[in-house]
Amino acid sequence: MTAEAADLEVAKINKFRDPRIRAIFYQIVVIVLFIAFVWYVGHNTAINLEKRGIASGFNFLSQPAGFGIGIVLLMDYSSQTSTHLDVLLIGIINTLAVSISGILLATIIGFIVGVLRLSKNWVVNKIAAVYIEVIRNIPLLVQLMFWYFAVLSVLPLVGDSMSIGNNFFVNNRGVNFPAMIPSTGFWVLPVSLLVAIVASLFIRNWAHKRQDLTGQIFPVFWVSLALIILLPVIASLAMGNPFTMSYPEFGRFSIKGGWSMEPEFLALLLGLSIYTGAFIAEIVRSGINAVSHGQTEAAHSLGLRPSMTTRLVILPQALRVIVPPLTSQYLNLTKNSSLATAIGYADITALFAGTSLNQTGQAIECILITMLFYLSISLLISMFMNWYNKRIALVER
Amino acid sequence: MAIVKTERHEDLPPPVSQTGVIGWMRENLFSSPLNALLTVVSIYVVWWALSGIISYAFINANFVGETREDCTGTGACWVFIKARFGQNMYGFYPVEERWRVDVGYVLAAIGLFLVLTDYVKNKKWPAIYMFVFVPIVCYFLFYGGSFGLPVVETSQWGGLFLTLVLASVSIFVSLPLGIVLALGRRSSMPIVRMLCVGFIEFVRGVPLITVLFMASVMLPLFLPEGVNFDKLIRALVGMSLFSAAYMAEVVRGGLQAIPKGQMEAAKSLGLGYWQAMGLIILPQALKISIPSIVNTFIGLFKDTTLVLIIGLLDLLSIVKAGTTDKEWVGMATEGYVFVAAVFWVFCFGMSRYSIWLENKLHTGHKR
Amino acid sequence: MSEAAMTQSDIDVAIQLIGMHKWYGEFHVLKDINLTVERGEKIVVCGPSGSGKSTMIRCINRLEEHQQGQIIVDGIELTNDVKKIDEIRREVGMVFQHFNLFPHLTVLENCTLAPIWVRKTPKAEAEEIAMKFLERVKIPEQALKYPGQLSGGQQQRVAIARSLCMNPRIMLFDEPTSALDPEMISEVLDTMISLAEEGMTMICVTHEMGFAKTVADRVIFMDEGEIIEQAPPTEFFENPQSERTQLFLSQILHNG
Repeated sequence: MTAEAADLEVAKINKFRDPRIRAIFYQIVVIVLFIAFVWYVGHNTAINLEKRGIASGFNFLSQPAGFGIGIVLLMDYSSQTSTHLDVLLIGIINTLAVSISGILLATIIGFIVGVLRLSKNWVVNKIAAVYIEVIRNIPLLVQLMFWYFAVLSVLPLVGDSMSIGNNFFVNNRGVNFPAMIPSTGFWVLPVSLLVAIVASLFIRNWAHKRQDLTGQIFPVFWVSLALIILLPVIASLAMGNPFTMSYPEFGRFSIKGGWSMEPEFLALLLGLSIYTGAFIAEIVRSGINAVSHGQTEAAHSLGLRPSMTTRLVILPQALRVIVPPLTSQYLNLTKNSSLATAIGYADITALFAGTSLNQTGQAIECILITMLFYLSISLLISMFMNWYNKRIALVER
Repeated sequence: MAIVKTERHEDLPPPVSQTGVIGWMRENLFSSPLNALLTVVSIYVVWWALSGIISYAFINANFVGETREDCTGTGACWVFIKARFGQNMYGFYPVEERWRVDVGYVLAAIGLFLVLTDYVKNKKWPAIYMFVFVPIVCYFLFYGGSFGLPVVETSQWGGLFLTLVLASVSIFVSLPLGIVLALGRRSSMPIVRMLCVGFIEFVRGVPLITVLFMASVMLPLFLPEGVNFDKLIRALVGMSLFSAAYMAEVVRGGLQAIPKGQMEAAKSLGLGYWQAMGLIILPQALKISIPSIVNTFIGLFKDTTLVLIIGLLDLLSIVKAGTTDKEWVGMATEGYVFVAAVFWVFCFGMSRYSIWLENKLHTGHKR
Repeated sequence: MSEAAMTQSDIDVAIQLIGMHKWYGEFHVLKDINLTVERGEKIVVCGPSGSGKSTMIRCINRLEEHQQGQIIVDGIELTNDVKKIDEIRREVGMVFQHFNLFPHLTVLENCTLAPIWVRKTPKAEAEEIAMKFLERVKIPEQALKYPGQLSGGQQQRVAIARSLCMNPRIMLFDEPTSALDPEMISEVLDTMISLAEEGMTMICVTHEMGFAKTVADRVIFMDEGEIIEQAPPTEFFENPQSERTQLFLSQILHNG
């Protein structure tokens, strides 16, 4: 073989050993396999759908649903005329309602228990620890079913409702509260609340400027709290209390008046909040622990009181560690709300991926749309998290 | 000007009020008026709750008997659990064949003991036993159809047995799958990376129920005519894929913690990519991730309860069915407390093991 | 004993430790500590690790609690009384081995935090004071940077400036250079020396014997929770009286 031919041989072999060429080769293989797989699945699906006489496409969204829904918020629903699209929207609203309430409640529970878990009081500390260790190790579904089937259904019948005072009833059909029914002039209440909130922000700004100039510290928190509570009250009194109270009262078979919270919603809310609260407590605890003890010591040795130390030194650093896993717990709670199916709460999964799917038989569309909803929420939360992390990242070399 | 001490001062015991039980109580329980109040209130609350629970669950409860009539007390009626114990444990597995499940449990327990504890140092044979031998034997034992054992269809599997099967198989499949996905996500080949990221982010963004629905309802549509998948297998596919995505993120975290220098050192020794991964990188990455891996396992174990919604008869589902049985109406509390207790024991045990393992491995890391 | 201590002129005596004992559980960590520090005095405390030197100075600003005996700072006795503790902490500044700067605040904000929130100083005035001290420690140009962006030596100097912004009358140093790379030790020691030359009362726990020889009025040797020997530096280093002091010095000076 001549020298040139040998060189060409070597060049050819080396070309294939070139990692870049190999990478391209592998990727082409992967794409081909993937496309083949998708085609295979699609082909089978088309055949199967035809065989079972199931329609395809999204026309079903404009067709009447024809079934009743237990809990309907913010929208009108009629089983005759409302379409599956309406069903989807109601499901979304119901999911968001229980998720947002759950997130608020879980955060409150979680922060309180997390702080208690760090308490120097041994009894309090251990109670918090027991709560966390017990709740975290029992499946959420078991806890939900416990709340719904074991607790709420053991509540008395309507006729024998437990009552707290004369206006607050608890029975197996839910909880009944007195309700405020707006009459003319009711607008002063929300407006005055808004005014109070805006005023608090201005006061906060003013207090900061004043502190910068004179060094004096103004109790912004307490003053704002007082404003937010008192201003609406005063406005209401000034307008002659523009609402009537509707009190729940016993009718012949049920309680009329007032406002009631369905047991399904209540059970789901309780279950989700208590469960997620335990996880949030652990996150809060490790966040606060993550701030090194030396920070507290340095702050104390400068003369800062414990309350100031917590507010100015510990909390800002702890929050950096707490917020990322906290938002992922919020996402978990929203996804876990899908367990509503098991206890009959009409969330998006139970309604759309459940009843609507059964009615129309169009499993693929229903499930995919439902998944799309959760994916969007997931995406929103991730975007928020990325933004938050970028904003508060500690500046280092 | 120098001041010198010539005799050594003896070690004295601390003042009584500072140490021992009294000192500890002063420090931790009664250090301030607010603290003391908190302690008293908390102790009262605990006593009230505990006495209620003990009287319900033990003092006024019924343990003995066979039927509803034996529930005479005002407390819990544990007879309900006892009477349906067989179903709770095995589902509808034929009574005379239940020994097969028990044998499987024993074999698996031995394997776990050998792999997870320190009594056997060289893990090679325990690993082969646990991850190759036991699964194969258990398959033939539980399902039957060969070696003279009658077939027991998966539709008859239920109760705690089914829960354990679901959890073990999903865990067994999701860890290697998760590792592959994690490696794929870090790949330099864009197509591979995109597919892996897409899969992981999609699965992590949706609830497990929708994945189970997908597996349960859509899988039969995806397959050609005539190919039928067991309901159990559909659930297993759904759970394994779901768990693999989370596992992938955990492994990815572990891989990120390994300094780049490790791969560079491996390559400069002449190791190829897969050799370097298998011998150097992955062992370290997995070791670091163990607490998170065990946490994912615990989550998976709890998630097996969701198969109730797609109609599989795991422990929770069977107990729930029991509470709607005509004879046992009203036993919801006892049933769910029992299920909660069983799961708690398993999950708490796993988390304690993880802590023990982490401590043990940490000492290896100390310089 | 306490009467006699209090009749001395309080203005001259900065710190008094009288018969102080401390236990960690059953472990007797500080045994019968008796020490008087006059205003303007510079004390260096040395000794093997575990001898209780850090614990002792941390008791002075109540980062640790003593169980027996008295601690009197600037005429104020240190007890569980929170107001007294706060008063004392305003007069005593502390510099830590690991700096303990607040990473989420700029250098300037680190220095102005306490004056603004404890002494209620207006912001502009606090910043002026902070810049003055940052110039004293020779890093005014770093004022708007974050601690994570500075070297170890720079961070420790910021820590010193931060303490000085509260105008303390006494400064405590707990092994201030032990966590620094060798080439940065001298910049911190120089700062401390200039502080000493201005008349600050200082207690410094350190292994830097060169610093002790330059600046200290008294060197104190501690071992196993007791003060074994106290002497002016020349006497201490050239003529240590106790055997344990001799042993310690031979180990340190061999390597130093």
